[in-house]
Amino acid sequence: MQIKKSKVWLAALGACALSLAASAAEPLKIGLVLPMSGPFASYGKQIEHGARLYLQQSGGTFSGRKVELIIKDDTGVAPEISKRAAQELVVKDKVHVLGGFGLTPSAFAAAPIATESHTPMIVMNAATSSITTKSDYILRVSHTLPQVTAPVATWAAKNKIKKVYTLVADYGPGHDAEAQFKKTFTAAGGEIVGEVRTPVKSPDFAPFLQKIKDARPEAVFLFVPPGEQTIAFIKGFVERDLAKAGIRIIATGDLTSEDVLDGVGDNALGIVNSFHYSEAHNSPENKTFVQAYYKAYPKDRPNFMAVSGYDGMQLIAKTLEKTGGDASGDKFMAAAKGLGWTSPRGPISIDPVTRDIVQTIYIRKVEKVAGKLQNVEFEQTANFRDPGKP
Amino acid sequence: MTILFDGIASGMLLFLISVGLSVTLGLMNFVNLAHGAFAMVGGYVCVTLLNQLGVPFLLSLPLAGLLTALVGVIFERTLYRRLYSATHLDQVLFSIGLVFMSMATAHYFFGPQQQPLTLPDFLRGQIKLPGLDMGVYRLFLIVLSLAIAFGLQRMVSGTRFGAQLRASVDNPRAARGVGINVERIFTLTFALGSGLAGLGGALGVEMLGLDPGFPVKYLVYFLIVVAVGGSGSITGSLVASLVLGVVDVVGKYYVPQVGAFVIYAVMVVMLVLRPQGLFGRRAAH
Amino acid sequence: MSLPTIDLSPLKRADRWQPAELAFWFLPVLAYFVFPENLVLLSQIAIMALFCLSLDLILGYAGIVSLGHAAFFGVGAYAAGLLASQGFGDPLMGLLVAALVSAVLGFVCSFLVLRGTDLTRLMVTLGVAMMLYEVANKLTFITGGVDGLQGIEMKPILGQFRFDLYGKTAYWYVLVILFSLFWVARKLVHSPFGLSLKGIRLNVGRMPAIGAPVNARLSAVYTIGAAYAGVAGALLAQTTQFVALDVLSFNRSAELMLILVLGGSGRLYGALVGTIVFMTAHHLLSDINPEYWQFWLGALLVLIVLFARDGVMGGLQRLMKRLSRNKVEAAQ
Repeated sequence: MQIKKSKVWLAALGACALSLAASAAEPLKIGLVLPMSGPFASYGKQIEHGARLYLQQSGGTFSGRKVELIIKDDTGVAPEISKRAAQELVVKDKVHVLGGFGLTPSAFAAAPIATESHTPMIVMNAATSSITTKSDYILRVSHTLPQVTAPVATWAAKNKIKKVYTLVADYGPGHDAEAQFKKTFTAAGGEIVGEVRTPVKSPDFAPFLQKIKDARPEAVFLFVPPGEQTIAFIKGFVERDLAKAGIRIIATGDLTSEDVLDGVGDNALGIVNSFHYSEAHNSPENKTFVQAYYKAYPKDRPNFMAVSGYDGMQLIAKTLEKTGGDASGDKFMAAAKGLGWTSPRGPISIDPVTRDIVQTIYIRKVEKVAGKLQNVEFEQTANFRDPGKP
Repeated sequence: MTILFDGIASGMLLFLISVGLSVTLGLMNFVNLAHGAFAMVGGYVCVTLLNQLGVPFLLSLPLAGLLTALVGVIFERTLYRRLYSATHLDQVLFSIGLVFMSMATAHYFFGPQQQPLTLPDFLRGQIKLPGLDMGVYRLFLIVLSLAIAFGLQRMVSGTRFGAQLRASVDNPRAARGVGINVERIFTLTFALGSGLAGLGGALGVEMLGLDPGFPVKYLVYFLIVVAVGGSGSITGSLVASLVLGVVDVVGKYYVPQVGAFVIYAVMVVMLVLRPQGLFGRRAAH
Repeated sequence: MSLPTIDLSPLKRADRWQPAELAFWFLPVLAYFVFPENLVLLSQIAIMALFCLSLDLILGYAGIVSLGHAAFFGVGAYAAGLLASQGFGDPLMGLLVAALVSAVLGFVCSFLVLRGTDLTRLMVTLGVAMMLYEVANKLTFITGGVDGLQGIEMKPILGQFRFDLYGKTAYWYVLVILFSLFWVARKLVHSPFGLSLKGIRLNVGRMPAIGAPVNARLSAVYTIGAAYAGVAGALLAQTTQFVALDVLSFNRSAELMLILVLGGSGRLYGALVGTIVFMTAHHLLSDINPEYWQFWLGALLVLIVLFARDGVMGGLQRLMKRLSRNKVEAAQ
């Protein structure tokens, strides 16, 4: 009779364990705050595409937990909406992880929410160095501006480009790019022969192109908001025969990003730039990614923002594998630090101290491959940390 | 010298897009902030004709203008006409509502990214004279704008339609009394204004780009031209655009540190000194 | 000869609080209990309502159209933000400083809007705001530029109430300030000063004939409007602990005017109702469709103009008239 009783107890224990396991497989809620409308709507769209693609490829579950993705629009131009969206995601929708943040002010505004609620916050695009210092719960999977600026400066100095004219847009990111370029370039022995900051809303580059033509540098370092400004500048550059005069354009890869490249057209050929992702990157992971992307979104080209969305979700998935499905703030952060894997862009990892992205930065040149404009990689710097951190 | 030329070209493009607003605001007394949306329609029509249907550029331009004018007529008959007697503020609310709708629609059909536009070869490159490099496209813009300005001015002051238009604006009741079909005049004028906007938008794609945010991005510039030039005056719009274009470009060349500042400062000064604009006229109502 | 006495009783009658008004002010209190998870949204609605109120004072009552009112909002926000980031985090002191700074700016700018047509005023105010925007962008080392001003640490209000994650403290703080300033504005518009503003708006030529100093009145109301806007900006800076460059942007001024027209200008409540309708619609539509909510919002605006002239309040007023007319007819 004792044996039978213990069998009953065992069955009861088993039932309890099963129900506990069932409740532990509670859905995982991920909230993304993205600019889905407004002037930066293309950022939000691309990041969302990448994120959903990863989710689709993982069958919609991470470590046995079904993933619920909630996307909130913050228009990109009103950080108080970013803060509001983040707060609602945490307090009302009770998300376990926050993500997204297409622009720096959005990330800055939402940082206190992450800290106060102990929610991990994964930055998928905002590129100012100091963002990760605003909260101990911030992780970044995209890039920082100094990180992608320094390598092209080093490359230029090593490749007989001694005199450079810098042209940047007159706003925070522009100033940062200019500062980093100058620092790295002059340290490597180069000379800045002129610099100009263009108004952010600059429909006409004519006067600035003329100034550059007058100064006759060997190359122009360019940083303007990606989009119509890039197109306008490069068009003007070619039209005014600056290219014919032997002046080269060097830049960060934002400017020749796949979604903008076709708009610039053949005028972009030959631009050397440094960045962390190219559709033309030759690796098995990237081939799979690009193929899947075109299948899911035939009208768009995969670019660095799509990859950030993809890798952001992959970060969450891999962290959960490590914690066994536990997404509570502090455990998540502990497991995420130092995590590394091979992304479609190449090998990446999360710095355990700064919680920022460590990745390979490639030097690329715009060329035509199979009739399509691509950034073809020809040099690289592996395991490059953000030089913008003190 | 090249800088001056560039400034003039910049001003001319501004003129082309803004003149339609001067027409509807000044001549019809309707605050149509959706003017930029009509320009955007023209831009998208031109790009679609050029890229999707292979229509040559020089043909796409007038087609863009005409199709936009048609859109203008449809909207005027169905919606705008009901609001001629509304307050200016209500007209603002209405036109902004249209702007929102147009931006979201453009986003839906064309996506948020920039539309690529490649000019035909004969409009690219530069003509080099001693001391002056002229962009071919910019030259084309200048010539076209002057032609349009001249044509418009002649039409408004020299033709019967122009006389009827001026009569309808100055005193609709009396105009009806002498047998002028005021409603039809207004429809035609609105069509003209939006058609010009569409043409301007199509011409502007090369220099200003085209994305769903176009209507609000450049709205400020159109308003500046109309305010400084004096609404309703075509000559005023032309002069104001030229002044603003040249000042903007020259300012950016010589003092880039205060580049964007200059255009606003100039506008404020001009308006404080001459509140009705350079060639402003007051319509008696 | 004794001075003629002025009968202020019509004004005093108009100044009495209607039951509908009391009911209206009960709603935010109710909202606290009904929507405890949306308090950040509700606080931001209240802040915008105050900002809109400031525009109603100058546009609805004095007839000064402005497309640059964000200038004062932004200046107030930066004033309060900079004060707090330098260590003076007392919220109420921040509000006071912001109000003072914006009032001074408002007074200086008021001389630019005294003459000219509607279009002129629109563009002059726009120009001033845009210049301020560029200045703030240039002075990145002070304002943080596009990246925004950070490091704003707010001390507890009155030493007691900490700003919390749920936004409870922020909500009551904003609401109390809104109500107090609304009360003052209401008193103002129901006073002889307020009446003179109405007169200026409706028939500026006549006013000097009855001895009203037009320019002085316009300057005064513009300064007050600027101060109110500055307080609203300061509230935003304090409750979000962040100031972005967009507080000075054209978008903000334009959206503000839109909201006021939507609600109905010249009624004070129009500003409040317009804000609630617009921001709630934006919020709900954005949750349903994050990419294309603008389309539906635009459609809403178009429909409201086509069917309700003078905004929501105008439409409501006409509805009330029609209902009371029906009642009278039914009674006969």
